[in-house]
Parts: sequence; C-alpha cells; structure tokens
Amino acid sequence: MTEFLAFFKTLTPTGYLFLLLTALTVISAMGVVTARNPIYSVLALIATFFCLSGHYILLNAQFLAAVNIIVYAGAIMVLFLFTIMFLNLRREDEEAKTNLTKIASVIVGGTLMVMLIMIFRAKSSQLPVGSTVGFEPNTGMVENLGHLLYGSYILPFELASVLFLIAMVGAVMLGKREAGDRHF
Amino acid sequence: MALPILLTKGLIILVIFGISLLIATYSTYAERKVAAFLQDRIGPNRAGPWGLLQPIADAGKLFFKEDFIPSQASKWLFILGPSLAMFTALMSSAVIPFGDSIRFAWDNVNYDVNVQGIEINIGVLYIFGVVSLGVYGVMVGGWASNNKFSLLGAIRAASQNISYEIALGLSMIAILMMTGSLSVRQIVNEQATFFEWNVFTQPLGFIIFLTCSFAECNRTPFDLPECETELVGGYHTEYSSMKLGLYLFSEYINMFVSSAFISALYFGGFHYPFMNEVNGALEKSMGAVTGHNLATAIGFLVFFGKILFFIFFFMWVRWTLPRFRYDQLMNLGWKIFIPLSILNVVVTGAGLLYDFKYSSWLIVVVMTVLAVMSQAKAPKQQVVPQRTV
Amino acid sequence: MLSDFGTLLLFILAAFAFIALVLFGARFLRPDRPNIEKNSTYESGEEPVGNANIQFNIRFYVVALVFVLFDVELVFLFPWATVFGQARLIEATGGRWGWFALTEVILFVVVLALGLAYVWAKGYLDWVKPQPKLPTVETKVPMDLYKQVNERFK
Repeated sequence: MTEFLAFFKTLTPTGYLFLLLTALTVISAMGVVTARNPIYSVLALIATFFCLSGHYILLNAQFLAAVNIIVYAGAIMVLFLFTIMFLNLRREDEEAKTNLTKIASVIVGGTLMVMLIMIFRAKSSQLPVGSTVGFEPNTGMVENLGHLLYGSYILPFELASVLFLIAMVGAVMLGKREAGDRHF
Repeated sequence: MALPILLTKGLIILVIFGISLLIATYSTYAERKVAAFLQDRIGPNRAGPWGLLQPIADAGKLFFKEDFIPSQASKWLFILGPSLAMFTALMSSAVIPFGDSIRFAWDNVNYDVNVQGIEINIGVLYIFGVVSLGVYGVMVGGWASNNKFSLLGAIRAASQNISYEIALGLSMIAILMMTGSLSVRQIVNEQATFFEWNVFTQPLGFIIFLTCSFAECNRTPFDLPECETELVGGYHTEYSSMKLGLYLFSEYINMFVSSAFISALYFGGFHYPFMNEVNGALEKSMGAVTGHNLATAIGFLVFFGKILFFIFFFMWVRWTLPRFRYDQLMNLGWKIFIPLSILNVVVTGAGLLYDFKYSSWLIVVVMTVLAVMSQAKAPKQQVVPQRTV
Repeated sequence: MLSDFGTLLLFILAAFAFIALVLFGARFLRPDRPNIEKNSTYESGEEPVGNANIQFNIRFYVVALVFVLFDVELVFLFPWATVFGQARLIEATGGRWGWFALTEVILFVVVLALGLAYVWAKGYLDWVKPQPKLPTVETKVPMDLYKQVNERFK
C-alpha cells in the first residue's frame, strides 16, 4: 500500500491525467460490452474513442488524435447508429440466452483471458523500455506525416485508393435492391 | 504561476461562451426582426424598447415551462440528445481567432496574448472533427423520442450532414493547399492583403463552403430534418422546455460559429484593407502597448462586423428561398458539389504549380457559361390549363 | 504550464458544467405534473399507433458507407495539402516535387471518383422523385380565352 502511495507521489500532472484517461477508457470499454441496449453500446464506444484520442494527444500525436475522432467517432459510428436504427434493436433484451450459450461463452472468454494473462506474464520482461534520449517529439505532427506518407510510402498510399474502390463496389453489392423493395 | 494562468484561461473560456450565447440569444431576436422586415411586418416590439428584451423573455419561458419525457422514450438518451447538440456547438467556438493579440507590459517586457480560445496547429482538423460529431445530438435525440416524425427527422439530418461534410472538407483542402498549414490563425494571417482574401482566390470553394455550412446548420433551404410541412417538428417534435431550448440554442450557436469560420477562412478574419498602415500609425502615435491594443480592438470589431453580416445572410436566405426536395438535396450534395470540389482541388493544385493563385476562377467561368447556355437552350415552360370534358 | 490542449480540456469541462447548470436550473424552476395524456407520443393528435419501428430505404445505408470511404480519403488529403506547397521541398527537388505530389494525389482521387461514378451509374445516388402532374380543371371557359390571357401577360 505504501509503495502504491509513493508511486502516486512521484507522478507529474501528465501522469495523473494519463491514469484518469486510462480509467475512463477502461470503464467506457467495459460499458461497450456490458450495455444491453445497443445504442448505449455505440455511445460508450464513442466515449472510448474520445479517451483514446486523449491518449494520442498526450503522446503528441495530434494528427492521429484528430483523425481518430473524425473517422472512427464521426463516420464509422454514424454507420453503426444507422445499422441499429435499421435493425430496430429497440427492445433492451432481444432474445433470452440459453444456458448452453452462457456456458460456452464463459469457457471461451475465460480461455482468452487466461491466454492473454499468460502472454503478458511471459513477455512483459522482453518489452523494450522507452527512453527519452532518442525521442523526437514532433514525429506525430502533420507535416512529418505528410513527408513520410507522400515520399517513402507512396505505393501503400496509392493501393489504399484501390482498396476504397473495392469497398465502394462492396457497398453497392450490399445495398442491392431486391424486386418488390419499398421506397420510403 | 499556475493559478493566474488557469484564471486567465478560465476567463477566456467564459468570455468565449458568453459571446457565443449572447450572439445566439440575440440572433433569435434578429431573426424575427429580419423576417418581419422582409415580410413587411413590425416584429417583436413589446418587451422593452424595440422589443430588445424579447430574447430574455423567451429564455425565461423556456426555463419555466413544464418538461415532458414521453413514456415511450428512452429517458437518458432523451436527455443526452440535446446536451450533445449543445456540447458540440459550444466546443466549435474554441479555435476561432477573434483578433490579433492583446499586449501587456510587465517589467518593461511586452507579452502578447492571442485573442483566441486555443491556438493548435491542427485547428482545421479540429473544426472538421467537431462538425462530424454534430450529427449525434440530432440522431440520439430523434431516436430516443420513439416518435415516427422524430426518427425520420433524425435519419434525414444524419444523411444530409454526412453528404455535405465531404464537400465541406474538400473545399477546406483547397485553402490548405495555398496556406500549407492547418492552423486557423495562420490561414487568417495569410490573407493580409485584400486581393489575397480566399474569397478572391477560391470563389468556387467559398460557394461550396457557404452552401455546405447552410446544410450542416440545418438552415433553410436545407432544413428538411425539421421541415414542418412533412415532419411536424422533425427531430425535436417531442421536446419541450429547456431541452428544446438547448436544441434551438445550439442551432443559433452553430450559425454564429459557421459565420465566424466563413469570415476567418474566406474573408480575411480580422484583417481589413490598409490594416498595416492603420496599425503603424496607431502604434506610432499612442505607444507600442496602447496602440497595439487599439489596433487589435479595431480588428476585433471588423471581424464581428463580418460575422454579423453572415448571420444576417443566413436569415436573409431563410426568408427568401423555399426548401429543397429531398432528392434535390441529395443530388446537389453528391452529384454536383463533390465532383466540383474534387475538380477545384485539382485545378487549384495545377494553378499553384504555375504560381497562379486565381485558377479556381477558371471553373467558375466555365460553369457560368455552361449554365447560361443550357438556360438559353431549355424550352420555356408554360402552364396551360387543360380541359377534361 | 498549461498547454493548448490543456485549455481544450478546460473547455470541455466548462461546456459540461454549463449544460448541467442549465438542465438542473430548469428542473428546479419548472412545474412537474405529468399525466398519461401529456406523456403519450405525439402523432398529430391521433392515438399513437405502435412505436417508431419504421423501415428505411437501404439507400441511406449505402450513402453512409460511401461517406465513410470519402471521409478516409479526406483524412489522407489533409497531410498532403500541408506538404504540397512547401517551398523547401520544391527547391530541394528542383521544382519536381510539386508535380510529383499533384500526380500521385490525382491518381488517388481519380480511383475514388471512379468508385463514385460506379455508385452513381448503379443508381444509388438517385432518390425517389415526385412525379408532378399538371392539374386538370373542369371548366366551361373556352381554351382560347385562357390563351388570350397567357398571351397578354407573357
């Protein structure tokens, strides 16, 4: 307990902010899984993305933080909300789970947890320890990112556009009209 | 040292919130006066001189009105919806550069403090992020009401906002190409000379940005989410009391913020012609501190003049143009604005490589010629009553 | 020292505080006397039927999907726009950098525009259009009288 207190005393304000953000992130991520109403799930996921953006800002990766909010919180979550509205998942508990599914999910989830803990315990000693010596604080700035993306990594960049094209074709296939479909 | 900084920052935040709320409050009054003027009426004139206390009376009414939460609605989401709308509206005003800087003399050293909430070098991305979050307030509120009108309004609002967001972003990219920076203050400072205001270098981008900001604010002619002839009140059909007030306020704050961004991104922000001469004369005659502060004050007033003009423009359009049909709205967004703004980015880029800043005019001229030609070719329509007997 | 993002945090907290203040302030001021009629869903004065389980046109969903893709495209363009006009890079490459950057982005955008064109051609951007009918009126007034009026006010 005293170690714990001593650890808290050594923290800088940024450290406190980090801990607070982490706690918020974990809580809202738990909310995503535990919420019964899917719309609460989506809102909790948005909150999680916000907290993650806070982490990015603490790491001085400003562009990443903004993009995280624009793309994930702003665009993909709108899509999720649309889906929920389409599917009319309004009732809190859609179907009663049978005992078999409950047992199966406990076993699967438990195995995953045990596996993750084992991996962390085995590999945590091999993690590289971050040092401030060679750290370039401006790595996350937009201009540096631009130089890298449009200089060294031009091929992946161009290939991304082809990926988008394929995704767009996929979207059209998904929305294919059936005969007798009604319009709004 | 930490406490005074915290206090000044707190003061700045309070001032910015205060300005946004004050402008939003009096926009409701101005809207009714403008509507009255355009329709040859008098408008509110009972509360106080010229009806100036009317907004306060309205706000008081919203506070004292009974609030229903429909029994079919999801209670917490129903409260969360308007709060989110207000939250995003308030957050967007943080990066507006209201003026140059205020100068303090402390121990014979001059300190300049920017007249701006926060100056971050991803300001434009920040705006874009907040705009993209703006849709949640409407969507969550409309869904939570569990009313058919509200849900339809919410879906329409979401679809409309996301459709116009892309063109909005692409028109901002054309500006960024000329500035090379994502900081709003830097974009404003690049437009120091009159003919380099982005409205002259980027006329097409300006038109697209203006129209898209109308759509993002859900203002007429794009107010389909709350179109009263089809959807009663749209997404806020079920709302009353202060929750409705939050929705209405957020709409007016959004209007103020978009006017501010239009003035900052396209009309030079706090710059005005011959500003350097005026500033030089002021600093020479009144000293570096007072003169500088006075010059900043003039810039601040000029900026607010531009903002007020655009707020008036929003109202002018609202009481002049009829509402679009939904298919017209989607066509305009996807089939006209997105291709045009992509073209704008490409043409601007090519122009910049030849050191020619005004290349966007090329598209405008070609489009105008095409429009005139197609207008001339189009058959004249005449409605002739037909007899059925 | 408080950085600009720290101020942003203050902004967020202040906005929360303001909204809470307004909502709670209104709660203490207003009357609260709900009854079943007041709390029923509004449906133009009729008895509400069911709840808002309406089905939508799938097109709304396709539009949202296409929007996500274009949003990611925009995000790619933001860093490009900041490095495109950089004088330092243009000088370092003897003026070639600008053309290079423009070409790669044109390629990128054209591929995406192809996608948009595909969606357009498949008709997913067409929304249901109302078919206006010319109103026909049963009238005893002869047609040429109407024509005269039309001629006079041309």
